[in-house]
Amino acid sequence: MFELVTTISQTDERFRTLLSSGRVRSTYYSPKGQECISAAFGALLRPDDYCVTIYRGLHDHISKGVPLDVLFAEFLGRATGTCKGKGGPMHVTDPSSGMMVTTGVVGSGLPIGAGLAWATKLKGTDQVTISNFGDGASNIGAFHEALNLAGVWKLPVIFVCQNNRYSEHTRYEVVTAAEKVSQRAASYSMPGVTVDGNDPVAVYGAAREAIERARAGEGPTLVECVTYRFWGHIFGDNMRYMPAEERQAAMDADPTVRYRQWLIDGGHFGEDELSAIESEVATSIEKAMEFALNSPPPGPEELYTDVYKGEVVPA
Amino acid sequence: MSTAVETKKMTTVQAILDALDLAMEKDPTVLLLGEDVSDPSGGGVFHTSDGLSTKYGEHRVASTPISEQAIIGAAIGAAVGGFRPVAEIMFMDFFAVCLDQISNHAAKLRYMSGGQTGVPITIRCAAGAGMQFGAQHSEMLESWVTHIPGLKVVVASNPADSKGLLTSAIFDDDPVITIEPTLNYWIAGEVPVGEHVVPFGKAATPRAGDDVTVITYGREVQFALAAAEQLASEGVNAEVIDLRSLVPMDETAILESVGRTKRAVIVHQAVRRGGLGAEISCLINEHLFGELAAPVVRVTGPNTPIPYAAELESLFVVDTNDIAEGIRRAVK
Repeated sequence: MFELVTTISQTDERFRTLLSSGRVRSTYYSPKGQECISAAFGALLRPDDYCVTIYRGLHDHISKGVPLDVLFAEFLGRATGTCKGKGGPMHVTDPSSGMMVTTGVVGSGLPIGAGLAWATKLKGTDQVTISNFGDGASNIGAFHEALNLAGVWKLPVIFVCQNNRYSEHTRYEVVTAAEKVSQRAASYSMPGVTVDGNDPVAVYGAAREAIERARAGEGPTLVECVTYRFWGHIFGDNMRYMPAEERQAAMDADPTVRYRQWLIDGGHFGEDELSAIESEVATSIEKAMEFALNSPPPGPEELYTDVYKGEVVPA
Repeated sequence: MSTAVETKKMTTVQAILDALDLAMEKDPTVLLLGEDVSDPSGGGVFHTSDGLSTKYGEHRVASTPISEQAIIGAAIGAAVGGFRPVAEIMFMDFFAVCLDQISNHAAKLRYMSGGQTGVPITIRCAAGAGMQFGAQHSEMLESWVTHIPGLKVVVASNPADSKGLLTSAIFDDDPVITIEPTLNYWIAGEVPVGEHVVPFGKAATPRAGDDVTVITYGREVQFALAAAEQLASEGVNAEVIDLRSLVPMDETAILESVGRTKRAVIVHQAVRRGGLGAEISCLINEHLFGELAAPVVRVTGPNTPIPYAAELESLFVVDTNDIAEGIRRAVK
């Protein structure tokens, strides 16, 4: 789990540096601050479990096990990317690691997550599906339709709300009537829990319970993980709408730093061991980034393929 | 002419039910979902799934909440997970509440994933005016969906094609929308018994002629044929093309016929502005501009919502007389 947290955090830093350098262009939604949520779920999910996520999905992609080289190549729009550079950061798909759908439309992933869970239930497997989304998505109709359907069909799906307290540029309480997103689970006869999303141990506990419940055929759970995004909505965001002191306080309490300290203080790992992991992670990120940066863009013929199976659309 | 194919007289509803039944029997990954589709809910509001949940179980024929986004989203998820769901949206007008799932997800997942995932779903819907259902339960919205790359769109004009096109749709590896003209549900015709497949992209020519080509689809085919009969008594021999599949469209059949007759009349019930008629007219102009003997004629609904009062609704709906008038304009 520490390795996942470190990989996400370091990757995010690498991407922000790269974008600032102007060497590449990309739409980038930084997950910095939300690392512990997906790392905890990632540590518990099997490769054959399904994951659906959203445009701010890098942490979820990494935690689900999408290989870094092809993941980075997709972010940079290269031919070697998971989707041949045709999807981009908002549409990363890698079925071999269970990363089934990444959507750029708020709330749309929830019904699809329910459908994936329906498929595994019909097949009689014990796979589970995790559908990630933000607090803003809990205000769109698709959220409610999906939770209701999952509730009545008792689908093996975990709805993970990564509540980073902003819907794009607007504060949670300005646009959300419920004090907690998890309250909304009550309407759909499923457990709803709220945990500190910056506390990896708390997320791990809630995630384990929800995953076990889904695997045992006991139905869906809504897990709300309260967190904070350090770098605003999209890369380049001026973040004027986020009070500076609030953001500073969140950054001072960086969950990745606190987690590291907790591991040392609790005697789980030594400083040397964690440093070794960090340096190994840095090496793999550099290697994957080199691969991505040295990969070519997709050829022009790719514009016309994959619209329909096995057909090439005329130019 | 004798035929080896055994047929049976069926209504369109029975033909659709037959296609669904055979597909579910043949392939255990075929699923049905939608409002009221299972037998405890009546087997579908138009009874197109009557008896299927009893035969195949409510896990495969699932009545859903009135949640169109969840219906299409769940169908997409199940499709990505290895199934072939047939989702029913009761009326095409309700695409308005689930178009995000249809356009942003069903149509694009194959492309966005670089071909790694596909969405082999069929979306069935009733469509079309003529029953005084008013402005929100009557529209033909084929132009909405033919405009979206990644979708295939078909419209049958008779029971046999309803069965054959639906069968092709279910076993197609891409998302297909089958638009079912509501008033055709109770029309009967001879339908092949057993598996019957009508391939996409192949128009039918239910009436051959040399003077003018009438290009249409869906419910208007029968009116076009009746209009062609009227015109025959006036000495005009019209060819009628039933497109059957709008995406992919049989451009070869259109261009071959109009290339011969030099005159084209395009007929659809949907409103004129931005309608498929404009696309077909442009296709003809791009290929046959110098050869046409007359401007392309469009016979379509006016650019209005669909009214309730029977007198106004019948004025909106394209009928035999409107088409006959259109043909006269083309051959003048």
